[in-house]
Formats: sequence, structure tokens, C-alpha cells
Amino acid sequence: MFDTAAVKRDFPILNQGGDPPLTFLDSAASSQKPQAVIDALVSYYTTTNSNVHRGVYKLAVAADHAYDGTREKVARFINASSADEIVFTRGTTEAINLVAATWGRMNVKADDLVVSTVMEHHSSFVPWQSVALEAGARFEAVRITADGDLDQEHYRELLAQKPKVVSFTQVSNVLGTINPVKEMTAQAHAVGAIVCVDAAQSIPHMAVDVQDLDIDFLAFSAHKMLGPMGIGVLYGKREILESMPPYQGGGSMIRKVTLEKTTWADIPSRFEAGTPSVGDVVGLGAAIDYLRNLGFDSIAQHEHDLAAAAIIRLSAIPGVTVYGPAADVTRAGVVSFVVDGVHPHDVAALLDERGVAVRAGHHCAQPLMKALGVTATTRASFYVYNTIDDVDRLIEGVEYAQRVFA
Amino acid sequence: MDSIYRENILEHSKHPQNKGHLDPYDYAFEDTNPLCGDEVRIELRVDDNGTVTDVAFDGQGCAISQASASMLTEMILGMSVDEIKALPKEELLEEVGIELSPARLKCALLGFNVLKASLYGKAVEEEIG
Repeated sequence: MFDTAAVKRDFPILNQGGDPPLTFLDSAASSQKPQAVIDALVSYYTTTNSNVHRGVYKLAVAADHAYDGTREKVARFINASSADEIVFTRGTTEAINLVAATWGRMNVKADDLVVSTVMEHHSSFVPWQSVALEAGARFEAVRITADGDLDQEHYRELLAQKPKVVSFTQVSNVLGTINPVKEMTAQAHAVGAIVCVDAAQSIPHMAVDVQDLDIDFLAFSAHKMLGPMGIGVLYGKREILESMPPYQGGGSMIRKVTLEKTTWADIPSRFEAGTPSVGDVVGLGAAIDYLRNLGFDSIAQHEHDLAAAAIIRLSAIPGVTVYGPAADVTRAGVVSFVVDGVHPHDVAALLDERGVAVRAGHHCAQPLMKALGVTATTRASFYVYNTIDDVDRLIEGVEYAQRVFA
Repeated sequence: MDSIYRENILEHSKHPQNKGHLDPYDYAFEDTNPLCGDEVRIELRVDDNGTVTDVAFDGQGCAISQASASMLTEMILGMSVDEIKALPKEELLEEVGIELSPARLKCALLGFNVLKASLYGKAVEEEIG
């Protein structure tokens, strides 16, 4: 297990002092950045910055090396069989939209079935719903159980209707549920469906091996895993990526352009039109190094300890309801709760008075809110730099909110 | 840090004024804040001179959105439709009396925007925002 105090010292934003000091419990929305990532960004712009792919001078070659070197690092990070299967995007949202707009538009036809789940973040729900509506296809969402798991029986019922594609999240951004991706993927493949996995909430917290899971597409964002905002990754199996048309037209994605027509570059360049955010890619590489150095076994254990403590102590407060899997279940460090008589926004605002930053609202998961029978929740999420003191301050803040509205 | 949950907000939040519905009513509108799902509906009854004789609001959401809607109903009772159309948002915010971040400002002005929309028959947030 790593030294949490030492880890926290690596994050300058958490060490600014202040009264009250910042207790950051909103990493599921966006994580903070260690000095190593900030240094990598500064170093890139200080020593290496130039456009990639077309330069012949030394600086441009160095930028190329930094960019494609990180692509290889990302491939190793998720155990892709080749760096060609790694497409850089602006984030998870763009990655899923890319798949829906290219593979989806090409393959989803009238009366086909597209399967998603009610647990999805809107970014993995809306693009597929839109593709289905546009094609005149059916769109169905897997229900959840009372324990906050996907209803696997319902999933199998939908698979029996032979969907073209199933799209689901590996970890719920509201409940912290970890879905059985490997089993669900094997079942989907057995009926001929393509599998698109939203890994935005999983990849910061657990080792993800795309070959072991055998998924067809995987999408994630750098900014939730200690990296910069505005950069993300789409993984796709080589043969599927090669079958897909481009997402956007422009520089870098072409083989030959004439007045009559344009032919496309090979993957992954085909999907990377325009100047990429090279500095942010370098920052993502530094974030991967930082996480691997801590080790995902330790990260998962640390987050589970904090989440379990928060769930047990929140559940013990009269009038507080915690959603999602119980404390003793293998789950992610996301804890959603509701305080009777205090709207989640008011809970969050009162916690903020105590320096505790949490999120309140529907968390871009309105179908899930409806399934839970709430309009909003307050959500605390834990990451590598949080400590058990942060749980204390969360609990004190919730009790304070109850006193104010008593 | 000063709390935005001053006594007047908490009082209106716990004991909202003019909460409920009118039957019949002359003007009504409802809207939601898409960021947080707060909902407010306002119904008005006016006499022959265009003066508001009855007002009711209903909704759900955070203390700021519901308390400000409650304050708003007290403020406009007895005003004319033309006076309400000309009512600046600053007058309500003064009554609310707390410093609000842009996000919470949307909560505080939800009822205000719904009220204006009820008189214009459509959402007019852009003009009056």
C-alpha cells in the first residue's frame, strides 16, 4: 500500500492551505493532477512543442516521438495488441460519438436492436439512442436491480433478440457498481453483437485488459485519471477500426486528395483529423506512469477502504439513504446519497461551507435517477489522494447540513 | 465563509408561502432548471384591472429555488400585470439577500423566469435572464 500522505503532497492544488482547507471528493467528475503531470505539460511546451506528422526538423521529430510514444504507452497500459488500435480523442464523449457516428451509422439499420443500460452516463447513452432513432432501430436499456447491479436476466432477454450492438459502462458514475464486463461481452459476442464499453469511471481505478475482456471498443478520458482535460482514448479492435469510415475530414486523416475524391489514411490517423493535442497526450503519458507506479491493486484497495467507511458511517446517520452496492461488495469509490429534508444541492452547498467539494444533481444519468426514484443525489467520490480524514469531514458536513435544516 | 442559508431562506424553504394551485387561473407557466432538475410552476389570477389577486406556486428543488419562488409570490401579490412585466430581477435578488454563484443564481431566478414566462406565454429567459 502506498503512503497516502506522500501521495497527497504530490498534488499542489490540495496543499494550498485555506480556511477551511480543501477536501476534494469530486474525482469522479474530474481528478486533480500530480506535479509530475503538470511538469510534463510544462516541459513539453518548454522544450518540444511543434506540430506532428509533417515536420522534418529535429523539434518536430521530437514532438512526433512524444506523441506516438505515448500511443504505444497507452496500448501497453490497456494491453491492446497494437498501438494502431489507439485513437486519441477529446475524451470519452467524443470517443463514443466517433463509434456511434461511424460504425453505428454504417451497421445499425431499420428494425435492428441497440442495447444500452439505465445505468449509463449520458455520454454512453445518447449517441447510441440517436443512432437508433435515426436508423429506425429499436433502443432498449437494461434495468437495474434493487442492489444497484445490472439486471443480468433482463440483459439476457435483450440479447436473445439479437442486438447489433451493446453499449455499457464498466463502472457506474453514480452507484460505484462494477459490471461483469468479461461475462457480458462473451454473452453479447455469442449472439453476434459488437460491444462498446465506457471505461471513464473504471480506468482511473483498476487495471483494464482489453484482450482479456475481449471488448470491441473501449472509451476513456485522461482528466479522470490524473491527466489533462481535453484528451481521451478510443480503443478499437484492428479489423473493426479498419472497416470504419472517417469521423471528421481534414488534415492527417487522408491518403490522397484530388478534385474528384479523397482516400483515407490507415488507422489510427484516419480518425484523427486536424492537429492533435500533443501536449495533453504527453500529460496523459505522465498520468499513466504515476498510476502504474502506485499500482492498481493498491489504488483499488485504498478507494474501497474509504468508500466502505463512508457508506457505513453515512448509513448510520438517521435520515440518510445511500445508493448502490453495499460496503462489503467489490465496488468503486463513488458514494451517492440523499439526506431527508435537504435537497442534494443544499447538502453540497453546506458541505462547501466546510471546504468539502462534492457533486450534486443527476450526474448526467437521468434514466438512472428515474430508476432510483430520485431527482438528484449528492455524490462523494474518492481517489488516491483522499484519506480517512476526508471521510470524517464528509460525515461532519452532512450532520451540519441536517442541523441547518432541522 | 458566510452561509447562504440565512434565516429568511430557511424560513421560506421550510414554510413556503402561497404553495399550491389555483382553480381557475388566468396565467400559468412551469419550467425546470436542466442543470439540477429544480421545478417551479406559478399560477396567477388577476381582476378586471389586471391586478394580481391570487398567486400560487408549486415545485420541488433546492432551498434557494423554492424559497425565492415563495418570496416572489409574496412580492407580486397586488401588483399589476404591467408592473410584473417591468419588474427587474434585482428586486427579487435584493429580497433573497445573499451572494450567489452563477449556478445558484439560476436556482434563485427559476421562479422569476417562470413568472415572466407565464405573462408572455412562453419562455423568455434570453431577454430577461
